[in-house]
Amino acid sequence: MPLYHNDDQAMLKDSVAPFVAEQAPVSHLRTLRDTADETGFSRELWGQFVEMGLPGMLVPEDHGGLGMGHMEAGIVLEEIGRNLTPSPFLATSVGAVAALAKAGGTQASRWLPAIAGGEAIVALAIDEGPKHRPDRVATTATRSGNGFRLDGKKDFVLHGHVADMSIVSARTDGGITLFAVPKNAKGLTADPRRLVDSSLASHVTFDGVEVDADAVIGEVDAGEEVLNALLAATRTGAAAEMVGVGQGAMDMTITYLKERKQFGKLIGEFQGLQHRAAHLYGEMEVARATVMKAQQLLDEGSEGAKLMVSVAKAKAGRAANLAVREGVQMHGGIGMTDEYDIGLYMKRDRALAEFMGDVHYHTDQVARMNGY
Amino acid sequence: MSDLDAFRAEVRAWLEANCPAEMREPVRDEDDICWGGRKFQFKSEAQKLWLERCAEKGYTVPDWPKPYGGAGLSAEETKILKQEMKRIGARSPLDSFGIWMLGPALLKFGTEEQKVHYLNQIARGEIRWCQGYSEPGAGSDLVSLQTFGEDKGDHWVVNGSKIWTSYADKADWIFCLVRTDKANKYQGITFMLFDMESEGVSTKPILLISGNSPFCETFFDDVKVPKDQFVGEVNRGWDVAKYLLGHEREMISGGGAGGDMVSVGALFAKSLGRNDHGELDDPILRAEMAAFDTDVFAYRAMGERFMDMWKTGRAHPASSNMMKYVGTELNKRRHELVMAGGGSDALEWDSEESRGGARARSWLRTKANSIEGGTSEVMLNVIAKRILELPGA
Ligand SMILES: Cc1cc2nc3c(=O)[nH]c(=O)nc-3n(C[C@H](O)[C@H](O)[C@H](O)COP(=O)(O)OP(=O)(O)OC[C@H]3O[C@@H](n4cnc5c(N)ncnc54)[C@H](O)[C@@H]3O)c2cc1C
Ligand SMILES: Cc1cc2nc3c(=O)[nH]c(=O)nc-3n(C[C@H](O)[C@H](O)[C@H](O)COP(=O)(O)OP(=O)(O)OC[C@H]3O[C@@H](n4cnc5c(N)ncnc54)[C@H](O)[C@@H]3O)c2cc1C
Repeated sequence: MPLYHNDDQAMLKDSVAPFVAEQAPVSHLRTLRDTADETGFSRELWGQFVEMGLPGMLVPEDHGGLGMGHMEAGIVLEEIGRNLTPSPFLATSVGAVAALAKAGGTQASRWLPAIAGGEAIVALAIDEGPKHRPDRVATTATRSGNGFRLDGKKDFVLHGHVADMSIVSARTDGGITLFAVPKNAKGLTADPRRLVDSSLASHVTFDGVEVDADAVIGEVDAGEEVLNALLAATRTGAAAEMVGVGQGAMDMTITYLKERKQFGKLIGEFQGLQHRAAHLYGEMEVARATVMKAQQLLDEGSEGAKLMVSVAKAKAGRAANLAVREGVQMHGGIGMTDEYDIGLYMKRDRALAEFMGDVHYHTDQVARMNGY
Repeated sequence: MSDLDAFRAEVRAWLEANCPAEMREPVRDEDDICWGGRKFQFKSEAQKLWLERCAEKGYTVPDWPKPYGGAGLSAEETKILKQEMKRIGARSPLDSFGIWMLGPALLKFGTEEQKVHYLNQIARGEIRWCQGYSEPGAGSDLVSLQTFGEDKGDHWVVNGSKIWTSYADKADWIFCLVRTDKANKYQGITFMLFDMESEGVSTKPILLISGNSPFCETFFDDVKVPKDQFVGEVNRGWDVAKYLLGHEREMISGGGAGGDMVSVGALFAKSLGRNDHGELDDPILRAEMAAFDTDVFAYRAMGERFMDMWKTGRAHPASSNMMKYVGTELNKRRHELVMAGGGSDALEWDSEESRGGARARSWLRTKANSIEGGTSEVMLNVIAKRILELPGA
């Protein structure tokens, strides 16, 4: 498979890109922010996503979805990134779907069709501290009656306060187990915090939350494999969204360099800026190729996917971060104003950088996978 | 079995039968590289045999057409051949500026007669070529070159000098940029080919910071060049020169991915030691190596995407400049880390254990990667103007 979009994928891009740009441009984010929207995204927009069949892209066909791959989901995520569109797509349609599809069973049959149909928003309750450490799980699930009792807390749970279901990792006797915890479960509280990029993420507390035995996603004690599927998909998706954020910031900046005059010249004529712009372009192209490679390997179910997913999250993280920093700097004073969009790119980049492992976490993973 | 599987089996069997054991040992130094040419001394019988067998089969230039010395393989077949050679650790049968640079330019701009004549010689490693582009006053600003060819009817008389001519003293022929019209900066250059043994050609080696001397100053003093020894059109040599530079850049940028080398971190974890967690014992160096390795894996993905897009005409024509820039800067970073990881061992300059200071010399050599074939600054200029379309001359 070549590392560029084939005709079908190009067609998908041709329909998704204008859709997102028209229905949810950066002004859409501003509106949600300025009205202190309590959901964190627009239900109406999500309805339009459903009409386009997007939430179920990765859902297998026998569960009512389109059975597409990460390469296709990445096309949507890049546009979401480019337009800074607030949406539950990444957590619900990519992360949760990957876990449920991997696990199969009752929970898959219950939730996958609901996701594809747009009826369910799913949150991922994985981390327990300010940094991504998915293997440090202090939340416990102890056997109780017919099911389990969950105790503990989770942080950085996107859409946690509005999700119809949360996928929760917890420690059981013999390992880690994933649970599907429905909204309104007794003992579950979600405390949403507004983040720098105006999105809402919750601190979630589980205080003796009782779930049935069939709330287990996959097998008891054997949640790691399912968790890994969730992580690989979400990280790759976040990397794709970051490529969109970086590209959006870079495009704005290049345009500005061609318009702004100082010292009687367009600032884009100054070699000091040209070289930095060209360097940034190179970094963005490398990041884009790397994310595509990770998507391709995931879609092929290849052995090498794990390494490439970490490479992609790290590389996209560095490139997008460079894009937003250069973006603000090259805009001069106007780049520091709230009215101008470039700062919003910087904020979204920061949030995505932390989500599911930052550059350092994934660089460390690369070292480990190479045995040092 | 698909055609490609059958081809793979055939290649595998051929390599098994024809690649000498000695040619499956890793290349240790310059001496192990086969450059071919009239003056070339084969290091061993195996080296000679390997070249002959590959040339016979068309495998020195597998994707060139058969009449020109190639094997006429498709892109997929060429990829398979390379994979199979890599699998057994086979050395390249022939390294050559003819293959990497002149060949592609001749394939595009040469006459049928030139192709049959020169390409076959290149494929068999009979003629070693050098590149006469740079002059003392024309480096990055290549079109200001002054070497002049005066029209004498059936031949030119060339006068001037070139500099940084790699292996000029070992080469048989030169492909050379010569001004043939002083009035026109761009459209006054002719791309000439001539024998380095022609009367009036002389070379003087230049010692590099690596202590090696792979390149020369080259002088032309009333050199007679027959009128049929040019490529493309007279006075339109710049088109050929630019096209060739694209291929040169591709070749140089390949170094960034480090060939099939293992990750630097893995390479040094053994000698540097590991802590109780099995991590490389120097946390800052480990972090730098891991960041570097991450960039190498990423760059390889870029290389694959670039080739996929290039082959199907999707790549921006100037994207080879970007590959060259990113790849060469990466390769320099690799060698900085190799030196840091090697510590005092890597500093040894001529001891036997250090194979004559191979590490230090390679480190110094890589500094040229971002100069030769166009400097990084010039690459960035081209990206800014041609890809990003930023304003200014
Ligand atoms: C928080 C804040 C507070 C401020 N407070 C004050 C204040 O109290 N009073 C006041 O008068 N001003 C103030 N300023 C304005 C400040 O001085 C200007 O923003 C600054 O001089 C840059 O000018 P500019 O914003 O027009 O950017 P521009 O001059 O348009 O620059 C845009 C980009 O082009 C680059 N550039 C411009 N010319 C060249 C060149 N020749 N070569 C290479 N690159 C070039 C710049 O470095 C920048 O990256 C403030 C700005 C900020 C952000
Ligand atoms: C190991 C090695 C092998 C070589 N082999 C050959 C060969 O076989 N044949 C051959 O013909 N040539 C060869 N070269 C020459 C090579 O192509 C030139 O060195 C190169 O083009 C740079 O030219 P220069 O050395 O004159 O540097 P200059 O052009 O003088 O550049 C000096 C510095 O100024 C910068 N600079 C120049 N112009 C600009 C600009 N417009 N904007 C910003 N910065 C600029 C450069 O980036 C560089 O940093 C070789 C060079 C090396 C190092």
